[in-house]
Amino acid sequence: MTTALSAVARYVDRRQRFFFPAPAVAVLFLIIVLPIAFNLYLMFTKWTVGLGEPRFIGWDNFVEIFGDERVWNGVKVMIYFSGASLALELFFGLMIALYFNRTFRGSEAVQAIYIIPFAATPVAVALIWRIMLNPEIGVINYLLTSIGLPPGLWVASPDTVIATLVMVDVWKWTPMITLIVLAGLKSLPHDPYEAARIDGCNALQIFWYITLPLIRPVLIAALMLRSLDNLKEFDMIYTITQGGPGIASETLYLYSYNVSFGFFKAGYGSALMVIVFLVVLVFNVLMNRLRRDASLV
Amino acid sequence: MATTRIGKKLKTIGFYAGAIALCVPPLFVFVWMILTGLKTGVQNISYPPEFIFVPTLENFRAVFEQYNFFHYLMNSLIIATLATVTSLLLGLPAAYSIAKYRQGRIGILILIARMLPFVSYLLPWYIIFRYLKLIDTYTALTISHLIITMPMVIWLMVSFFESMPAELEDAAMIDGCSRWQSFIRIVLPLMRNGIATSAIMSFIFSWNQFLFSLILSGPQTKTVPVAVYNFISYGKIDWAGIGAAATLIVLPVSIFAFFVRKSIVQGLTMGALKD
Repeated sequence: MTTALSAVARYVDRRQRFFFPAPAVAVLFLIIVLPIAFNLYLMFTKWTVGLGEPRFIGWDNFVEIFGDERVWNGVKVMIYFSGASLALELFFGLMIALYFNRTFRGSEAVQAIYIIPFAATPVAVALIWRIMLNPEIGVINYLLTSIGLPPGLWVASPDTVIATLVMVDVWKWTPMITLIVLAGLKSLPHDPYEAARIDGCNALQIFWYITLPLIRPVLIAALMLRSLDNLKEFDMIYTITQGGPGIASETLYLYSYNVSFGFFKAGYGSALMVIVFLVVLVFNVLMNRLRRDASLV
Repeated sequence: MATTRIGKKLKTIGFYAGAIALCVPPLFVFVWMILTGLKTGVQNISYPPEFIFVPTLENFRAVFEQYNFFHYLMNSLIIATLATVTSLLLGLPAAYSIAKYRQGRIGILILIARMLPFVSYLLPWYIIFRYLKLIDTYTALTISHLIITMPMVIWLMVSFFESMPAELEDAAMIDGCSRWQSFIRIVLPLMRNGIATSAIMSFIFSWNQFLFSLILSGPQTKTVPVAVYNFISYGKIDWAGIGAAATLIVLPVSIFAFFVRKSIVQGLTMGALKD
């Protein structure tokens, strides 16, 4: 008996490269690949969850997508929201990383405070923003008017709602970009800086001709990582506006959620999600190509 | 001489001005959250907003007594712990093997997992769990949270394992340990910092998870983000309750984040910076 057991043990031991990752891969397969296969089937069907069976309708869902005004609205909102927030987060993230790259007394403490929003529960802080942004009794309008600035309508107006959500997103996620870029800055080689200093370059020239080209691959990597979550931003938009007023802040992703869990249209919802995935995939493939080119420079 | 001294002073002033500019936005929101929780309902909707007032702990009592918040805190704690422990049990050997044998293909599976919209897992899982009558159970919620925590633990640990010298393990093997024994007795104890970091990161992300819990939980297993969100769905919005509840939710994860802030980058970048 013991010999049989130890034989099994030895067998497992010799095939470590198979048996060590096997359970994790099996579980990942079950929780990730299986649902996707289900989605790929559902997107060709018409089915309201709880009512009857899925009915195969071929590509009809995708035909419907092209005529659906809320899809085009969702694409527009997504481009506006993600474009603005990613650009601002990248810009501020880089600037603040450059700031933290020089140590000064108390910089550790400043950094610790600065990164708090990043770990904070999105739903909880989004609710606090919702309170603060209230146009009638909110503290932000109070502070603005007390220094003589006009109050804003923030998320209450379709004209300013996306800009306001961008502001909250930048508040929450710029620290993440900063941390990644800062790690990149710390690992840059010293030699080019020495050479530049000997040649008498000023700080701006050093930044433009040395730091920026060297850090570009890291910037693109940070942008890619942030885009994975940003293009699928849900918690904050859902908590603060639920896509409103009307559908003024309903991103494509939020719309796909509403179709799936508001109307329980599983087939159409699955088709929309495939579109969202393709957007994320295409963006990341393009960025990855840009990153490869950047690292060759 | 004098100009450089002035220049140095200006630089110092610049640094501290920057420090203030960076600390005010996060601190303001956090202080306002706590103040909202310490005000009465009437004080919260008065205009102009009150900055100086007699604080009350009434909201915190109400959150526990009327909204049964302790139950939700326990739910979040149980689910985050289950998801983290499961992720470590499955993820540690996998990450070790990926690092040791350079099994990059498993990495691609994990990257795809991150690219997919979460709703596209949610719909099939909702249908499957409904069929299995598992909606509103810890099992369903833990499984759904694994989608986020397991890839995170694996990627974090791959980078920690890669930084470990191979000689240590070879020495163990020479001493007659099996691979499994050397993994348990030699490798894992050496990796305790990395394991602690991964565990904390996994816990934070499970604790903060909203979307999966929103759909798959119910009265029995509701987690804190869903519970606090429901404060605005009861017809009128209970600002004071939200302030108190949000404080209780955010404080533990903020403290956790403080301890792992140095390793957060690895968790986020998931190895993307390495090549």
